[in-house]
Amino acid sequence: MLREFKLPDVGEGLTEAEIVKWHVAAGDKVEINQTIVEIETAKAVVELPCPFEGVVSALMAAEGETVDVGNPIIAVEDGEGGSGAAGGAATGAPAVSGPGVPAAPAAGGPVPRSAALADDLVPTPPAGGGGTPARQPVLVGYGVKPGATARRPRKTTAPSSPAVPAQPSPVGPTAQVQARPSAASQAPTQAAPVARPAAPARVAVLAKPPVRKLARDLGVDLTTVTGTGPSGSITRDDVHAVAGAVAPAGAAVPAPAGYAVPAGAEREERIPVKGVRKATAAAMVASAFTAPHVTEWLQVDVTATMDAVRRLRELPDFAEVKVSPLLLVAKALLTAVRRYPMVNSSWTGEEIVVKRYVNLGIAAATPRGLIVPNVKEAQALSLPELARALGELTEKARTGRCTPADLTGGTITVTNVGVFGVDAGTPILNPGESAILAFGQVRDLPWVVDGQIVPRKVTTLALSFDHRVVDGELGSYVLRDVGAMLQDPLRMLAWS
Amino acid sequence: MTFDASGGADAPPELVQLLTPEGERVEHPVYDIDLTPEEVRGLYRDLVLVRRVDMEAVALQRQGELGLWASLLGQEAAQIGSGRALTDADMAFPTYREHGVAWCRGVDPVNLLGLFRGVNHGGWDPAEHNFHLYTIVIGSQTLHAVGYAMGIQRDGADAASIVYFGDGATSQGDVNESFIWASVFNAPVVFFCQNNQWAISEPLEKQSRIPLYQRASGFGFPGVRVDGNDVFACLAVTRQALKNAREGQGPMLIEAFTYRMGAHTTSDDPTRYRVAGELEAWKLKDPIERVKAYLFKNQFADQDFFDAIDAEAVDLGRDMRKRCLEMPDPHPLEIFEHVYAEPHALLAEEREQYAAYLASFEGSER
Repeated sequence: MLREFKLPDVGEGLTEAEIVKWHVAAGDKVEINQTIVEIETAKAVVELPCPFEGVVSALMAAEGETVDVGNPIIAVEDGEGGSGAAGGAATGAPAVSGPGVPAAPAAGGPVPRSAALADDLVPTPPAGGGGTPARQPVLVGYGVKPGATARRPRKTTAPSSPAVPAQPSPVGPTAQVQARPSAASQAPTQAAPVARPAAPARVAVLAKPPVRKLARDLGVDLTTVTGTGPSGSITRDDVHAVAGAVAPAGAAVPAPAGYAVPAGAEREERIPVKGVRKATAAAMVASAFTAPHVTEWLQVDVTATMDAVRRLRELPDFAEVKVSPLLLVAKALLTAVRRYPMVNSSWTGEEIVVKRYVNLGIAAATPRGLIVPNVKEAQALSLPELARALGELTEKARTGRCTPADLTGGTITVTNVGVFGVDAGTPILNPGESAILAFGQVRDLPWVVDGQIVPRKVTTLALSFDHRVVDGELGSYVLRDVGAMLQDPLRMLAWS
Repeated sequence: MTFDASGGADAPPELVQLLTPEGERVEHPVYDIDLTPEEVRGLYRDLVLVRRVDMEAVALQRQGELGLWASLLGQEAAQIGSGRALTDADMAFPTYREHGVAWCRGVDPVNLLGLFRGVNHGGWDPAEHNFHLYTIVIGSQTLHAVGYAMGIQRDGADAASIVYFGDGATSQGDVNESFIWASVFNAPVVFFCQNNQWAISEPLEKQSRIPLYQRASGFGFPGVRVDGNDVFACLAVTRQALKNAREGQGPMLIEAFTYRMGAHTTSDDPTRYRVAGELEAWKLKDPIERVKAYLFKNQFADQDFFDAIDAEAVDLGRDMRKRCLEMPDPHPLEIFEHVYAEPHALLAEEREQYAAYLASFEGSER
């Protein structure tokens, strides 16, 4: 029979994961505990072992898709006939077929699942209150997203025993008229709270500090609010209800005449902030507002470097690897670090940690956003090894295969903004590092050589550094030396 | 018998080892052991089977059948060696990672899963196995073990207690307090510290400036460092320490120097804080491979034996998986049964309220 594997919560409280790579395809035979898929959660990239033995019937989520915990990701035909066993998953399985990956259940209508399969935290209500939904073991996840589950219906005849008060609905001041026989509560039985005219008699207001702050923020006088919470305390919903009544539909500010909304067109696009974008934003804010940045600029004649790149490409040692100007920029920076180790350090607050190794970060624009993987122990690599490492890292970044280890532990970074056709910029430090070198485009410019104006290959370098660690003198030395090495690559040999 | 507890911060740490990573048997002047081929084969079987138990549990967690699992991968020898040193009368106090010790104490592996599946609070009777329930709080079980040992002392019983903890726990107040109590009361307890080098993401150098076993001398009892990946050495040293404790010589600290090959728990990603090279270096010190090499070299076992053990491991994993999935969910009201040993008025009231709440839903049985 067809069995579905639902995305488990592999890390205590995770709600979703991204499908990184499938190791099997429809039609493949699988064994129990065979690795079938790699997923990436907020915590780690994890391999999932298959819980069933049989033949893969369908992959139910595509690579790159983010799936909610509890949704099925793969269907396996285990070859055992019969139905009703295994939690009744036999007959109600969706008819997914074919080798292709079906569309994400997220966007369109959800993949139709029978009620028997929807064994989320709480069973779905039986139609008309007829049957008894079977409780099923739930071990995937702690919380289920709002909307992902249906609330268990309460019996219409309220029990006479003191029941636990219903949870206040998280949205809106919908009527919370759960009759609560508790004598202590003072008449919380009215319907939705409404703004009342000032009631000076109510002096003692029951509200938790966050609710009080909310009221202050919204300009709501708590003495005018009727509480619907326990013992008549005021809830956030109560405050929102009053605030909403005071300023009805605050968003409905009439648009200026010149901005008439074209019918049927969205005027603004809202992009959820998540994944790499979210991480990038957090890292950049953390860096820009904690480390005092200084940026210095230098224009350099790199004609000799471009010649060197060309000649290196012809050497048999570099036959298998990519030689780019970035390789020599990286090597020059590594050489400069050797001369000025302080620039390869980290500010911790109490101390400056000077690294005796260089994990060289390479900022890479990828389809998923900006990521900065790093070449580990780059100081120990020969030039062909460095070229190979850079090539591999770029390829991994491009295909989205960087592991957490690739992305952490960097000590200094190079960002190659020249590939976008600009001269340079003010790079922002990768958090925890003290310097970052931007490498601009190389273009032909008039340059003065021996008193004559000649066309030369010229680039712009920009070095940002953390002024808590690196002073202007040191930063200038580093940038000057990198420039000098690119102007005359022989210096790299002299200084390494 | 003398113990090198003096050590001193400057002396290089001395590691008791009886079986090298290459499977060569070596002698130690203080600790030695005489094992029959039959006994070695038994230890090998233990090691392989607990690794399989662990592997199956990790897989079950990844499949959503367990909420969490703490893998023992890499620490099998420390656990089997020390676990097999215990007599039936000795009492063991574990952390949440002592699956190998549980195996030695006769706890059915499937019973380890209940806690992690969320269907019970333990799954075995500690008195039946002389193996306490898993302790999640870091280090608190050391106090329990010392208290138990002081009880043994007062009963005049021929037994000792052993308590397991990790390198991170040595920074806990409870552990240090238990050292003091054990020392001044000369309690028959063995402190068995599995130093797996990482307290979640904190390396050992953030826990101690001296080798952990040398801590003992400051409290006034002997400490020794043993190769935690050498099942012979762990067995020999623990056996001797327990014997000393039973004979009234007081506590001892054993630091089993080992490595956590997996994540701290299934919720952890160790690649974020440790380098792959470290893992590779420890792979060469695998606790099982060296016993296998020893058995093979000395012709104490043939390929048929190893194949049979492997087959047994497969069956064990399959059986564990089947019985894990069959574990019944407890009734929601069962939680009230395990709070007090005797009836309690307030609890009874809360139980009734909760029962009424459950009954308020459509389709509920009550």
